[in-house]
Amino acid sequence: MIKNRDTRLTLLLLIPVLLVLIAYVLYPSLRTIMESLQKDGSMTFGNYSDFFTQESKTNLEALWNSVYISVLSVLVSALIGIPLAFIFNRYDFPGRGFFASAAIMPIVLPSLVGVMAFMFLYGETGLIPNAIKDLFGLDEVPFKIGGISGILIVHAYTMYVYFYMTVSSAINKIDPSLEEAAYNLGANRFKVFWKVTFPLLTPAIVAASLLVFMISMASFSAPFLLAGGFRVLSLQIYFSKINGDMEVAATQSVILSIVSISFLLFMRWYQNRKDYRMASKGIGAHRSEVNNPVLKWTLVFTGIVGVIILLLPHFTILLLSLVPDGTWTWQTYPSVFNFENYRLLFQDPNIFKPLKNSLLLSVIATAGNLVFGVLASYVLVKRKFVGKSFVDILVMIPWALPATVIGMNLIFAFNEPTIFSFGNILVGTFWILPLAYFIRHIPLVVRSTNAVLEQLDDSIEEASRSLGAKWFYTFRKVILPIIMPGVLSGTLLAFVESVGEFPTSVLLYTLSNRPISIEIMNQLRMFNMGQAAAYGMIQIALIALVLFISNKFFGVKAEKSLS
Amino acid sequence: MASINIDNVQKAFGKVIAVDHLNLDIKDGEFFTFLGPSGCGKTTTLRMIAGFYYPTKGVVRFGDKDMTRVPPEKRNTGMVFQNYALFPHMTVFENVAFGLRVRKVGSKELKAKVEEVLQKVRLEQYAERQVSQLSGGQQQRVALARALVIEPEILLLDEPLSNLDAKLRDEMRSEILRLQKDYKITTIYVTHDQAEALSMSDRIAVFNFGVCHQVGTPSEIYNEPANDFVAGFIGEINLLPVNISRMEDDYIFVEVQNGENDSELAVRNAPFNYNQENKGNLALSIRPESIKILEKEAEGKNIFKGVVEEVHFFGSLINVVVRVEGLKLQVNALNSGLSRNLQAGAEIWVELPEEQMRIIPVVTGDAS
Repeated sequence: MIKNRDTRLTLLLLIPVLLVLIAYVLYPSLRTIMESLQKDGSMTFGNYSDFFTQESKTNLEALWNSVYISVLSVLVSALIGIPLAFIFNRYDFPGRGFFASAAIMPIVLPSLVGVMAFMFLYGETGLIPNAIKDLFGLDEVPFKIGGISGILIVHAYTMYVYFYMTVSSAINKIDPSLEEAAYNLGANRFKVFWKVTFPLLTPAIVAASLLVFMISMASFSAPFLLAGGFRVLSLQIYFSKINGDMEVAATQSVILSIVSISFLLFMRWYQNRKDYRMASKGIGAHRSEVNNPVLKWTLVFTGIVGVIILLLPHFTILLLSLVPDGTWTWQTYPSVFNFENYRLLFQDPNIFKPLKNSLLLSVIATAGNLVFGVLASYVLVKRKFVGKSFVDILVMIPWALPATVIGMNLIFAFNEPTIFSFGNILVGTFWILPLAYFIRHIPLVVRSTNAVLEQLDDSIEEASRSLGAKWFYTFRKVILPIIMPGVLSGTLLAFVESVGEFPTSVLLYTLSNRPISIEIMNQLRMFNMGQAAAYGMIQIALIALVLFISNKFFGVKAEKSLS
Repeated sequence: MASINIDNVQKAFGKVIAVDHLNLDIKDGEFFTFLGPSGCGKTTTLRMIAGFYYPTKGVVRFGDKDMTRVPPEKRNTGMVFQNYALFPHMTVFENVAFGLRVRKVGSKELKAKVEEVLQKVRLEQYAERQVSQLSGGQQQRVALARALVIEPEILLLDEPLSNLDAKLRDEMRSEILRLQKDYKITTIYVTHDQAEALSMSDRIAVFNFGVCHQVGTPSEIYNEPANDFVAGFIGEINLLPVNISRMEDDYIFVEVQNGENDSELAVRNAPFNYNQENKGNLALSIRPESIKILEKEAEGKNIFKGVVEEVHFFGSLINVVVRVEGLKLQVNALNSGLSRNLQAGAEIWVELPEEQMRIIPVVTGDAS
């Protein structure tokens, strides 16, 4: 737009952004593709034909299972999330506000910790099945989760939130006068719902469906702990890597990525296809009060039961974290409760180490995310240059790629010296984990920064410059302070997600920099539930703190910080 | 203070030419308005003066200085944006002080200057407010104060009143004029509102499709429009496509195209009424208030019989649509209080005074 000086500035800002993206996003992905084309030292599609024709059909079965479980996850999550969104946004009854905010509680649970809670609650030795068994004097536990049902229940619990949030916000954006207009034109309730309300919600439902599908395809923690003999593709990659079949792992990674990326592309295409933005502004909430007492109290009762179910995992983790090591062995229920685990956490250097590691790794990664995110987002939103959509896609790739694949990409790229690692081998060192966390959260921070920058009118920057401020002064004194709240809330979220990150950690950790999630796994292996739960509580507390800070100081709603 | 010289400037965005062959001389201390419909190139021109765009061709000068490629922060222009562009994270005081801080003005002097200008815009008691707590008109005044406090050579106003309601707009209009006179500052004002342009400006440049059609004082623009676009954009006007049938020393006789009869109109042959350089299609223009309504049959030059089609009562004036020889004429008559026979269907006579008609070139391709 503006020649010379400004073009130079754009270039100056763009080059580091592009370098980082090429070095740590594009190059590792290409390395994985290269690796998948290697077989017995020559370039071939042999690995791919093996994948699809192999006699045991292990890989095909895993791919099929992944798709199958993802479709089921979408259906179950939709069946929970959409009605909840309607009930909480369209009807008013006692406790509605409380139930509505409790509905997003699953996001406060890091995935690995959540799965752990479900194991203790509903697994073979779970508290609930055993309680029912004792209560009714049964010989066997009445039910237990595991395998496909376990994965599905965990998915439904964590992923219905995506449906709930996107559909809620879509419902609230519907101008009530649209429905009133339909009633006025003579349509009945049923017709208004199917001909007006539902079509207006389809974009949100489709978006949530695609999102949940992608997340289930990439899901790692739930299958890792619950799958048993059930194979899914994300887990197969891990097993291939553990067994040293690197070429197979690469092939599996590529195939899983192709599925995920095609869904991402489909999603973008769909979102651009129809414009359902409302023409009217300033829409008030529009809830009808429930007057029928039976219905009202049924809703309230269901709400209370729902909240209990939603919060049980959190309470379970809290409860377990109070059970000291070695006091709950053969008993059905734990009997001793104290703060021993927390005392050890902060006093035993060996137990404190993983927490310290996690915090340190995440601080480094997140600092990178902050700097990179602000720079990349500014260039993408406020500067014009050729090839912007290419940079845009590079930024989004880590979001579309399953975490396991990102871990594998890094292994293939940095288990040898490269110029991007300044001639060092990064795999097996401290630096590989912060790098992985950084890459994982590039899209999150860039997108949350994009959102605030897009709201910032160009005339603000122009006003500052016409008042005599140079670009850097304008950036420091005007742009940064305005966007900081939005940027920080995204960055804080990236931080807590880094602290809980499991899939890349399990592929890349070393003994000396093992983070919390790995230690939780180790403690579980040693049947040291209490210590594992105490680590989990720390993570829950961190997430809750961050959501609180975002909400309180940056005015960002918890619902918005996700997705 | 500075004069501005825009010398044969063109601005292209890719293949789209937003401004073409633009030549303007804006005098020191002048209140100069760019007027035109949206997309006409007026804001593009303003942004070239502010330095947000650089011209594709041509030169922009402030006084004698070539400013064509000087970045915005080195131009010392004060700009008021359409949406005000106030810094949302700063108080009123901090917003106004921003330009002074950039210029490293000492804190004592800074405080004095900011307070002075806030007093000028009557916001001294709002200094510590956040800008989001202000009304639209107050935000507007902060934006003005922020632009004025740096003592710019040129004040640039980009449709500053378009976001205000009618009453506030009138108030701010006189406020802006008062401040401009106070500071005696060269001011460029961009608007699409002809009433604003006519009432505020020393001179106006009328734009359409990237071309400046006319530069002149408000009365020149209104009374002597250069062509049918300017005539039609500013105020109401009757435009009749005509052919010149013959020319005499005192009169030019024209025939109205599409008329039912071949009656001729006699226009005075004077520079005000006819420009010898006119070429191409021509139109006869006459303002509705210049046409006289005669209720009794009369004889004479340029008097025609007509039928009243519509009557619109506006209080001080009455707008009458008269059908004359198959053509519709808009006539505005002052409400003289007399009960006049102005009902739809009434037969009347209209006189088109010879000295009030102008023959102007047609540039819009549609002169009906």
